[in-house]
Amino acid sequence: MAEKEQTTAFEIFPKDRKKTYGLMELVKGTTSHIEKEPEDTAFCWPNLVYIELISLLIATIVLLAISLYSHAPLEELAGSDTTPNPMKAPWYFLGLQELLVFFDPWLAGVVLPTFIIIGLVVIPFIDINPKGSGYYSFSERKFAVTTFAFGLALWWILIVVGVWLRGLDWQWYWPWDDWREHKPPSAVTLIDLELLLQNILGIGEQVSRIATYLLCAGYYAIGFTIPFILFRKFYKQLGFVRYNLVMFLFLSMMGVPLKIFLRLMMNIKYVMVTPWFKI
Amino acid sequence: MKKSFLDRLSDRLTELVTESQIWKAIFRHGFPDTDVNRSLVVFTNVFLHLHPVKVRKGALKVRFAWCAGGLTFFFFLVLTFTGLFLMFYYVPDTRRAYNDIKDLQTVIFFGNLTRDMHRWAAHAMVFFVWLHMMRVFLTGSYKPPREFNWVVGVLLLVMTLVLSWTGYLLPWDQLALWAITVGSKMAEATPLIGVAGPFAKELGITPSNDIRFMLLGGTIVGQSALLRFYVIHCIALPLVAAIFMTIHFWRIRKDGFSGPL
Repeated sequence: MAEKEQTTAFEIFPKDRKKTYGLMELVKGTTSHIEKEPEDTAFCWPNLVYIELISLLIATIVLLAISLYSHAPLEELAGSDTTPNPMKAPWYFLGLQELLVFFDPWLAGVVLPTFIIIGLVVIPFIDINPKGSGYYSFSERKFAVTTFAFGLALWWILIVVGVWLRGLDWQWYWPWDDWREHKPPSAVTLIDLELLLQNILGIGEQVSRIATYLLCAGYYAIGFTIPFILFRKFYKQLGFVRYNLVMFLFLSMMGVPLKIFLRLMMNIKYVMVTPWFKI
Repeated sequence: MKKSFLDRLSDRLTELVTESQIWKAIFRHGFPDTDVNRSLVVFTNVFLHLHPVKVRKGALKVRFAWCAGGLTFFFFLVLTFTGLFLMFYYVPDTRRAYNDIKDLQTVIFFGNLTRDMHRWAAHAMVFFVWLHMMRVFLTGSYKPPREFNWVVGVLLLVMTLVLSWTGYLLPWDQLALWAITVGSKMAEATPLIGVAGPFAKELGITPSNDIRFMLLGGTIVGQSALLRFYVIHCIALPLVAAIFMTIHFWRIRKDGFSGPL
C-alpha cells in the first residue's frame, strides 16, 4: 500500500574513498527507485483523487441545497418605461458602482478597473522578493502582503457598502432604516478644489486652476521621491522601471481612498478640472 | 480458507468481464491496487492524466490550497452542463426570452432547479476565483517560474466576470436590463473610444460609432444586445476560457507546484 510506504533511511557503511560507489542507505518501499533519492511521495490514485472527489461532492451537495432553498431572482419583464431605484449591478461590480459616487464614470468604470487588471498582471514581475514562495508567510514579505490586503479590503468594503448600505437614490441606508422611504437629498454643497482655493487664498481663477494641477502632480512627485530618498535599498533592488511601475500603481491605489476622504470630509467634488476630463 | 460459492462466482464473473477483449480495449490497466496499476490508471486516462502519477505527501493537505482552484473548474463544468440544459428551452428573442424563463420556472421538469444551480454556481465561481487568487498570492505561488501562469489566471478572472455579466442580461427582466444599462453606461465613458469619455469629441466619436455601440449592437439595450450577449455568453467566451484553462492547467504541471504540492 502506497500510503503505508515507509521511508526509514539509515546509514550502513561510510563510503570507501577508493571506490566510486557505495551503499548509501536502505529504503523500504513498494517499488524500486532507480537514479532517484528517497522521496516523500504518495500515489495520486487513490490519495489525491479521493480528496478531489469528496470536495466536489460536498460542493455539489451545498450547491443543490442552496438551489432548493433559495431561488434565482426574476423580476418583471424588462421595460424602459420604469427605472428601478436603486439600479444595481451584480454584486462583484458594485464596488465599481459605489466608486461612481466619488469619481466620474470614465475613472470608476474604465480607468480604475484597467489599473486593477494591469496591477494584478504585473505582480509577478514587480515582486522580486524570492522569499515566501510556496508557503504562507507575512514576515518575509510584509510590503507585498500589506499592499495586497489593503487593496482587497478597499474592494470588499466598497462592495459591502454597495450591496447592503445603498438604498433609494443611492442614498446611505442603515439596515434598520425604512428602505421604502426616500431620504432628503444631501444638504451639503460639493465644491471643486480650485474654487475652494480661490475662496480660501483669494487667488484668481487661472492661478488656482494651475495650483490644483500642481497639487495633483505634486501628490505623485512627492510619492515617488520619498521612498527614493528614504529607502534607497528598495529603489536599488527594484531598478528604475519596476520602481516607477510599483510607485505609480501604489499611489494610484492610495489616491482612491484619499479622494473618498476629501469628498466625505471636505465636500470636494473634483480635485482637478481640465477642459477634457475631471478628477 | 476455502472460498465460498458466491465469492468464486463473483471472481469468475469479474474475470470474464475484465479479461474480455472489449474491456481490455477500453481500459489499459488492471484494478488500481498495485503500484503499476495506480501509475497506469493516471497516465492512460485522459481525464486523470492532468495529475502526476505521484505527488508529495504535503499535497494531500487540504489546508494549503483549500481546493479553491479545483472547485472553480468544477463550477465551470456545472455551469457548462446546466447551461446546455437551459439552452434547449431558451430563445434569445426579446419577445419570448422572459416567457422562456417563466416556463423554466413553472413548466419544465427540473427547469427551476437547473436555473437556480446555474445562477448560484455562477456566483460561486466568481467567489472561488477570488478565493483561489488570494491563496495563490498569499503563498507567493506566482513567483518564478510561475509568473506567466498568474497572468493567464488574471485573464481567466476577467473572462469569469464577463461571462457572469453577459449571462445577467439573458432573463430579460428588469434586473437584467438595468444592470446591463449601468454597465454599458460605463463603457460609454471609456476614454478615446466612448462617446461620453474624455477626448471623444475631439476624435469625432458619436453614439453610433463608439465602444458601447459595438458592445450592444445599437444605442440601447435591445434585441441586438440580447443576441450579442447570448452568443458571447454561450459560445465565444466559454470556448476562449476553456482554451485558457487548458494552458493554465498545463502550465501548472510544466512549471511544477509551489509549496507542499
